This record gives sequence, C-alpha cells and structure tokens, in this order.
Amino acid sequence: MFDNFPLWPTAASSHAVTEDWVYIFLVVLSAVMSLLIFLTIVVFGMKYRRRHGREAQQIEGSTILEVAWTVAPLGVFLGIFAWGAVLYFDERTPPAGAAEIYVVGKQWMWKLQHMEGVREINQLHIPVDRDIKLIMTSQDVIHSFFIPEFRVKQDVLPGRYTTLWFHATKPGIYHLFCAQFCGTQHSGMIGEVVVMNASEYQAWLTGGAPVGSLAQDGQTMFLQLGCQTCHRFDVQGRGPNLVGIFGKPVQLEDGRVVTADENYIRQHILTPGRTIVSGFRNIMPSWQGQITEEQLNSLVAYIKSLNPPPAGAAGVPNP
Amino acid sequence: MATTAVSAESKNYLNAEYGIRSWLLTTDHKRIAILYLISITLMFFIGGYFALLIRLELLTPAGDLLTADMYNKAFSMHGQIMVFFFLVPSIPAVLGNFLIPMMVGAKDLAFPRINLLSWYVYIGGAAMYIWCVITGGVDTGWTFYTPYSSLFSNTHVVEACLAIFFAGFSSILTGLNFVVTVHRMRAPGMTWTRLPLFVWSHYATSIVMLLGTPVIAITLVLVILERTLNLGIFDPSRGGDPVLFQHLFWFYSHPAVYIMILPSMGVISEIVPCFSRKRVFGYTFVAMASIAIAVIGFLVWAHHMFVAGISLYSALVFSFLSYLVAVPSAIKVFNWTATMYKGSVSFSTPMLYAMGFIGLFTMGGLTGLFLACLGVDVHVHDTYFVIAHFHYIMVGGAVLGYLGGIHLWWPKISGRLYPEAWGRLAAIIVFIGFNLTFFPQFILGYLGMPRRYWDYSHMPEWQALNVLSTAGASILAVGYLLPLAYLLWSLRYGKIAGDNPWMATGLEWKTSSPPPTFNFEQTPEVTWEAYEYEKMPLPEEVTLER
Amino acid sequence: MSDSPAIGETPLAIEHEARPELRHHFSDEQQQRNAASLGMWLFLGTEVMFFGGMFCGYLVYRRIYFPEFAVSSRSLDLVVGTLNTAVLICSSLTVAMSVRAAQTGNRKLQVPLLLATIFFGLVFLGVKGYEWNNKYKEHHIPTFDFSARDLMEKAGDRHVLGLDRISDSGQLQAREAEVQRHSQVFFSLYFALTGMHALHMVVGVGIFSVITWMAWKGAFTPEYHTPLEIAGLYWHFVDIVWIYLFPLLYLIDRRPGA
Repeated sequence: MFDNFPLWPTAASSHAVTEDWVYIFLVVLSAVMSLLIFLTIVVFGMKYRRRHGREAQQIEGSTILEVAWTVAPLGVFLGIFAWGAVLYFDERTPPAGAAEIYVVGKQWMWKLQHMEGVREINQLHIPVDRDIKLIMTSQDVIHSFFIPEFRVKQDVLPGRYTTLWFHATKPGIYHLFCAQFCGTQHSGMIGEVVVMNASEYQAWLTGGAPVGSLAQDGQTMFLQLGCQTCHRFDVQGRGPNLVGIFGKPVQLEDGRVVTADENYIRQHILTPGRTIVSGFRNIMPSWQGQITEEQLNSLVAYIKSLNPPPAGAAGVPNP
Repeated sequence: MATTAVSAESKNYLNAEYGIRSWLLTTDHKRIAILYLISITLMFFIGGYFALLIRLELLTPAGDLLTADMYNKAFSMHGQIMVFFFLVPSIPAVLGNFLIPMMVGAKDLAFPRINLLSWYVYIGGAAMYIWCVITGGVDTGWTFYTPYSSLFSNTHVVEACLAIFFAGFSSILTGLNFVVTVHRMRAPGMTWTRLPLFVWSHYATSIVMLLGTPVIAITLVLVILERTLNLGIFDPSRGGDPVLFQHLFWFYSHPAVYIMILPSMGVISEIVPCFSRKRVFGYTFVAMASIAIAVIGFLVWAHHMFVAGISLYSALVFSFLSYLVAVPSAIKVFNWTATMYKGSVSFSTPMLYAMGFIGLFTMGGLTGLFLACLGVDVHVHDTYFVIAHFHYIMVGGAVLGYLGGIHLWWPKISGRLYPEAWGRLAAIIVFIGFNLTFFPQFILGYLGMPRRYWDYSHMPEWQALNVLSTAGASILAVGYLLPLAYLLWSLRYGKIAGDNPWMATGLEWKTSSPPPTFNFEQTPEVTWEAYEYEKMPLPEEVTLER
Repeated sequence: MSDSPAIGETPLAIEHEARPELRHHFSDEQQQRNAASLGMWLFLGTEVMFFGGMFCGYLVYRRIYFPEFAVSSRSLDLVVGTLNTAVLICSSLTVAMSVRAAQTGNRKLQVPLLLATIFFGLVFLGVKGYEWNNKYKEHHIPTFDFSARDLMEKAGDRHVLGLDRISDSGQLQAREAEVQRHSQVFFSLYFALTGMHALHMVVGVGIFSVITWMAWKGAFTPEYHTPLEIAGLYWHFVDIVWIYLFPLLYLIDRRPGA
C-alpha cells in the first residue's frame, strides 16, 4: 500500500539506524508538544469563551512558571544537542581502514574512481558491510552528495576536498542525489548506489575490461610528469621522499607544521609555492590548470599508496 | 456613536488632502504605510504566481509544464520576491509604519522625509526587480551561492542583486526611523515598560535590520563586482573562497528570519490580550524574549552550513547557540497560551489568525529543533523538510500574523468594519490550505526529496504527497484572494467602525478612526499600564451577519 | 520625555511660525536635536557593518596570500597616502571648528571654515584621482590589462615572493602567474575599499555644499545647528574609515630594511 505513498525511507546504513532514533524521538516530542499547545488553545478557547456575566480574571504573570518554561525546554534542548552532536562526530570521522573512493562532481554528473581503477558515472557500486570513505571535489560549482537511504550528505566544493563516510548494511539499489542547486539540470544530477554482497562485488570488479588500479594510474601519471626526477625513492632528491609521508606532520619553511592529508597533497601539487617543506627550495612547478581533477585524484591516491600499509580498497574487507 | 464617527470622518488623514501629488509627496506615516500596503500586496501576488507555477510543475513527476530553466527561475524569483520584497517589509513597513507613532503617542515618526525616501528606494528596487523578471529573470535560488551566481549563471544576477541592495537600503531607513522614534518620541508618561509589545518587537526587529542589512548589501556588491569586473574574491580558481560568501550571506539572512517573524509576534501579543480581555501574561518576559531573539539570532548563522564543509567544532558551537535561540520563542508561545487562561475569549477573525499562528509557529519551531540537531540536519538539509519548516515559520507565522494584524487594525486604517463571517471563513481556509500544502513536505523531505528539483520522474513514489501539496496550495490561494476581495469591498460598503470597535487598550484606539493627520488632537499623557483590559468595557458583540 | 504638556494644545500653525526650524511632529528643539543625532549614530553603526564586511574579507585574504599582499601593499604610494591622511585630518579639524563657531554664534567664521572643509575634501578626491591614474598607468587596475610584473623586480620583493629560489624557467613562469592572480585579489580589495570610501567622500562634499549654503543664509544659531552637527558626525566617520584604511593598506608591511 505504501508503494505509492511512502512515509519512511529505507534505512540501509549504520548511520541511518542511529539517526532514525533521534528523528523518532524528535517526532514524538514535536507531536506531543504541538498537540499540547493545540489542545490547550482549543480548551481555553471553549472553556473561557465569552459569556454574559463572567468577566476575565486578570493574572499578570508568574515568575515561577516563567522560570519553569525557560529551564525545562532548555534542558530538553541541550539533551537533543548532545545526542545530535555525538552522531555528527561519528558521521564526520571516518574510521581507520575505510575503503576510499574518489568523487568528482561536475555540471551535471557524478564521476567516481575506485581504488581498483574502475571508473563509473552516476553509479556507485560498493560492497555491503564495509566502511567506505568518499574523497570528493567539484570541477565547477558547489554540489552536494546525498544518499537518503544512508542519511548522509556532504557539500562538494571546487578547489578542495571534502569527505564523507558510511557503512552500508543492506544490499540493494539506492538513490544518489545532488542536493545543492547547481544549475539547469540540477534535478538530473542523480544516480544510484548499488550495494552488493562481497562476492558479487568482486565479480563486478573483475567483470569489466581489465584496468590498472587508481594508484597505478597515479604512478603512471607520476612518471609521465617527471615527478620522480626530484621526488626520488632511493636517496633524498631535490624534493622530499614521498614514501610514508601521508598522514604525518610536515615542517614547513615558514615555521608552520601541517598534516599531510589529502587536501595538503592536493594543494601542494597545485600551488607548491605556498607550502614549501622546510629544508627544500621552492622549485616545484605549479600544476594548476595542467591536470584534470581525475588525474589529480589518481596522483593523491598514488602518494597515499606509498604508505605502508596502503589505504584500503573496497574489494578488501574491513581489517 | 454614528455622529462622532461622521464628524471624525470630516477630517482624517485620508481626506485631509486630495490628488495624486498629495500621496506621492506625503510625509504622513499613515499615508506612507498605505503606499507600502499597495506595493507589497502587488509583489506578494507576483511572488505567489511563481509559487503557483512551482506547485503546478511538481504535480507530475516529469518536467512537463515548464522547462528546467524556467522552473529554476520560478523558484528563485518566488524566494527573492517573497523574502526581500514582501516578508521583510510586510509588517514593519505597513503596520509598524502606521501604528508605532500612534502607539508611542507621537505625531509622526522621527524622520518623516526619510520614511518617504525609504518607500521610494523600495519602489526603485521593486521596479528594478520587475524589470529583471521581464527581461529574463534570475536562476540562482534566493541564496545566490557562489561560484554559481558569480561565474556560471547566464541570467540577470547583477540586476537582481542591485534590486535587493535597494530593498535592503529601504529597510535600513525604516529600522533607523523606528529605533529613533521609540527612543526619542514617546509621549509624556509612556515609559519603556508601558510600551505595547508590538513596539518592543519592532524595536528588536529594527536592531536586526540596522546591523544585518549592511552586511548583505556589501556581499551583494561584491558579487556584482565579481561578475562585472572579474574580481576573484569568491572564485576558487582565482584564489577566492566560495564558503566565505555563505558566511557573509547567512550573517544577514539568518537574522532576516527574525526580521520577518518578530513583528508578527508583536501582532499576536496585541491580538491575544484584546480578544481574551486580559493583560498579557508575563509582559516583561515576552518583551525581553524579543530582545534575546534579536541578539542571539546574530550568533547562529552557520547552522545553515553544517554540511558545507565547516569545521566540526564550529558546527558544535553553532548547533548549541541555535538551541539557545529557540528558548525565547518557546517562552513567547507559553505566555500567549497562558494569556487565554481564565480570559473571556471571542473567536473573532484576528483571534482565529492568532490561534493559527501559535499552533503553526509551534510546529515550525519544533521542526527547527530537527535542523539544529547536527546528526539529523545532515540528512534533512537541502530537502523539502527545510522547505516545510521555514514555510511554517514564514507563512504559518509571519503571513498569518500579517493577516491577523491587517484585520485587527483595518477599522483603524480604513474606518470601516470588514464582514466578520467572510473574515472567519478566510482564516479557516488559509489554515486548512496551509497545512495541506506544507505538512506533506515534511514527509517528502525525510524521504529525501531535495529542494529545487524540477523533475522527479525517477522517483514516482513521491507523486502522491506532491499532489496533496499542490491541492493545498490552490486552497491557500483562495484563502489569500478572499481577504483582498472583501477588504476592498468593505472600503465602500463596510459598516462605519467607530473609534474603538474591539474596545482595545493602546493609544492608537484612543484617537478617531481613521486618525487625523497628526494622530491626536492633543499630545496624550499616559498614566496607565499596557493592556489594562480590566478597565475596558466589552465590545458590542460583532454579529456574524453584516 | 521631559516636555511641557502645553505643546499639544498650541495650534500647529502658530507653533511653526514661532519656531520655523522646529518640524511639526517634535515637541521641542531638544527632542528634535536628540532624534537627529541618535539617527545619525545609528546610521554610522550600519556603515561600520558595511565597511566591516570588506575589512573582514581583506584580513582573511591577507592571511592566505601573505607574500603577495605584502609586496602589493608596499607598491602603494606612501607619500600620496600620507598627504591624503593629513588633508583629511585638516578637514575634520575645520568641521569641528565650524561646529564650535555655530555654538558660539560666530557667523563670520562658519562659512570660511566650511568652505575650507569642502576644499580639503576636493583635494583628497583630486589626490585620490591622481593615485588611481598612476595605478592605471602601472597596470594595477584588475582586469584592465592587469600586470604584476613591476612587483617582481626588486630583490627584496622577489625574496618575499620566493622567486629568487626558483631556477627553472618554466617553474618561474608558473609562480609568476600565481603572483599575478593573487596580487589581483589585493588590488580588487584596494579598489573596492578606497572606491567605497571615495564614494562616501563625494556624498560628504555634496552634503557640505548644502550646509555651507545654509550657513551663508544664516540658518545656524547657538540654539539650532543640528544639520551642521550631524553632517559633521558623518564627515568624522568618513575620516575615521580612512584612518583605518591608511595603515591597513599602506603601512602594514613597511618596516625598516624590508
């Protein structure tokens, strides 16, 4: 019966279940409070309806009541705040060992790059019961990656990475939307998320034409662009040795210490002059406008893969 | 009674002077209020027309009635017109303009010529916006997010920004006038604690107008410069930051929500005591709640950006502050409800609107808790849940308060009574139509329907709820057109109202209806508290028949 | 409000004849003056918010693109900036003196002082025009053939920009293009800020022309000179905005030896 009149979206991720409980609590609270206010108004209206011979009784107010209905909602609100904040922390902190997938949004499609090298457009195939982390950027305007059945959403910005993670719990096909208005075909920037059993996923991965992994693509790029002439792996070259730098703190020439995360690597490739590593000269060329977002992603994936142990791929189960 | 009404009519602000010049060059706050009433009503129906197009398009899943671009323009222009050209000026520029000088016992606002200037600036903005609509419109959504608005949109963004800049300047001038009037123009004996709550809420609104509007003005100027001169302030490809735009935009546009709702709360604070024949419950708390909303309202803007890529910890702070700002609103709702307790309640038209307001505003406020809740907002952000939430505040709150206020003070403004039975009917139609339009959108939002979607043919399961919503919108349209018809009708055929048909307290009821040009024959001296309903006789029961 | 209750009983026409400067809706001059001055202060509050948005943007980007902002800031003409600061401070002084002259009822002094204010205002705008013309010649107006080449000539500047540590010519070109982009953000903000300020100056000169005319007509007395007073407030505010702009744009990155 509810096929044409759905009231509740499927809950298909670990977030979805916890988030639904807060939502249910809030719905019950709102329903009770709204009914209470509606009923009080109607009852007062009926009971104290204007009649001849009965005058209004003047009451100026009551400080006790005022304090009560200031403090009581505040207490409830703070409870909801804390509950929501815990959830948000969880949603915004990807667990270690999550499989990574790169996402590029553009007017009006989603381009996805798996670590195994498979590329998709407007379709995301993932295995069930696996932590998945998306590393996302946009080629033009702001988009927003939204999977209602997973209860997750994150804006996708031009010029930097944002991340999103989830843990699908049910195989199936779910909606993928762009939630931030991005131009004419905004409502056409949709797709589907296909959650599969591990074995099916493996079959899907190997089903297409054989391709190199994303990190291998990145390695090819790395060699093509001649990065290895400075960033050598055997001895210290003119640029830093990149093995194992991902996620580690970097001492910059201007005294700052930053963490070499995805955004740092991305920024450094595009505008190296702004983050010169201490002890090195400002000789690296800027690749701004020279390489596409997808190529940039593969380079980032490659540099991350130099970290022992390499970042997980979706085909490998959770550690 | 009848004779005094006739003699009062012999000299009032409406018949003091004749001719078009006497209106276009007037500095009388009451005439300027009428000018505003006419212009914002026009803008309301233009904005409403776009709303109708949106609802008709969404009747079927496929994008069949409009093209994608036309649909994008329709919702953008609906939002921009309704927010900047209707809701922001609605109650302050019409009812506030008309009533604040009278309520504080002054002959006019502090700066009558600036008041007229503000109307001309508004008209300049509105004319420019209409020109923008005619020459092709704008498709950025009402939020103008960069870099879409600054680099990618091919529509008339510059004209729209400029028009809104003008409208903003007009609201700065209005706010300035109100603050100075409340500080400097009060009649002898009119102390701060004797001010009607309508004045308190406008005082709070004006502070928000003064401090928030300049920020959106400069933000829009920067967008214009970015589009015309290729500056790179918000453009990531030239080193700018699009999220900076969002911060600047919401620094005004969140407080702007309070510009729209606070005056409406002021209206409700007048209606409920009047039709319950009681002093308002907890005067000080209601007044201070207005100020608290205005102040805390400035500190919550980034709750529109929880998924925009801001840091975890700033999101925590903004979520926390958003819960704080909900408390004063809750205090107000409880106080209004308590005011009815042991009163002598009459279900007249304004009271029906007020009761509708309290209920719908409560629902709007409670669904705000969902959005302030970080974990839940991640899911419902930018979906129809948000649309439903803010329409419960903006329509269920601000518009219902506006309609209630227009009905309450119509006898004062026009000197005539509107037909009561039609008034009640319209109030009930608006209430039903509104709920049918917007309640289904909460469910749609939780299902995941993103806002600003032109076509949902891949999600046909959303159609039933959308059909309900469109059906409700057509009922709502009737509810809006009815008052327009019978209020115009009453101008000629309505019963003569008399000075104080509701037997309400407040200085505006102590002068004749319509009031004389300088409001009072003598400057009043106030020796009483606000809302002393125990000293007022009951009004003659207004009959249902004309 | 401390006003005499008798006012309301006076027919309005008589009220007006007796005190022509008192507008009909005020009960006395005190009230009118207080209202006008509070109104002006509030308006200046909105102006602070207006410029505040741009100052915020300037400070944020200065932090992000520090080297380019430092070099661009140093390329501004310090002599011209200092001259303009002095001119504006003088104009504020003449405004303050003209208000004082009105308070003491010295009509002879008012008009020359006000004319001096307008003169200083026009000098400021003239100097600003001269400076902008130089910017045009230097190709420092964004998007009009903008070039940051001259910012990359001095050894000190090249060091700050990191250009002296690049040997490869291709890499040098890339970095130079970046400097070009980022210094353009500085000059965008420079023109937005000084342009908005100059616009306020133009409005100020217009207001003071009317005020001077009123003073010449003898409109201001020790009892009534509100228009002069609030116009003065506006002028001082525009002056103060420049007092913030001057160090933020011209001085902030100059230190001995740099």
